[in-house]
Amino acid sequence: MRKALILISGLILALNICACAGKQKKILLTQESQVKLRSIQSRVFDTPDRNLMLRTVIATLQDLGFVIDDADETLGTVSATKFKSYSIRMTVSVRPRGDRQSIVRSNAQYNLQTVEDPEPYQQFFAALSKALFLEAQQIE
Amino acid sequence: MSTKAADFSIIVVFLSFSLVACQQKIPRDALALSPTSLKDRQLQTRIFETNNEMMLLTASAAVLQDSGYTIEESEVSCGVIVSSRDRDVTETGEVVGSIAMGVCLGAPVPYDTRQRVLASLVTKPIDDRRIAVRITFQHIVWNDLNQISKREQINDPEIYQEFFAKLSKSIFLNAHEI
Repeated sequence: MRKALILISGLILALNICACAGKQKKILLTQESQVKLRSIQSRVFDTPDRNLMLRTVIATLQDLGFVIDDADETLGTVSATKFKSYSIRMTVSVRPRGDRQSIVRSNAQYNLQTVEDPEPYQQFFAALSKALFLEAQQIE
Repeated sequence: MSTKAADFSIIVVFLSFSLVACQQKIPRDALALSPTSLKDRQLQTRIFETNNEMMLLTASAAVLQDSGYTIEESEVSCGVIVSSRDRDVTETGEVVGSIAMGVCLGAPVPYDTRQRVLASLVTKPIDDRRIAVRITFQHIVWNDLNQISKREQINDPEIYQEFFAKLSKSIFLNAHEI
């Protein structure tokens, strides 16, 4: 009886240790490969103007129903949250690519999951392109 | 099929259903422009005849402070001010109702206790002489069990009208150094 008790306690302890180690391993875990994620989440735009890109990203996020949480021009990042029946958090970063282009990278978290499905990102970049075009043309 | 095997298959089916439920996917239109996005933008935006963005941001920060908000983040070069306000939202009627319901049902019924409102303001030059100011509010409400009972964007036109009325007044007051 005592032996069985010790065995069960040992088993529970081992399971707990496994669970802890598992959670720590999940800190950097993604379903998709790093290269694939980058291609899903990034687009290149033909403007080197970082400030214009950041301001357009902010306006686009607001149009999509996000509330801006944070913006940093030095780092080139904007973070925002959207609450509906679900919650989405997004970080968008802008960095230069050569002298004439900028790379915009966005990553979203839907409730407690990383969004790795290409479709929502395509929609986001479609909205961003539309806003950039409107800006260039100064149409209201 | 024996009873035991049938029981086992039912358990497996339920287990797989609950696993599927965990893997909830992002809604298809979550990052797409909604048909109301233009209307929302108009509600949340006012255009001011000035090219002084700094003056607009200072006046906006002052209005947020007037309304009891704490500035959390700001990035002047992008025209962003993020602020928040925590308030007690406990209402006697709701507490009494929750206790009465709890007695009837034999289990505690939670009631709302506090809320956090996030106000995010962004200025954006349109051309050489006009700047758009857009503000968005969202709130999170917690109940007495410290669970989130509500989180949503605030789309009440009156709140936005009131804010912009205060902003116009603030620009005037700031201009006259009051």
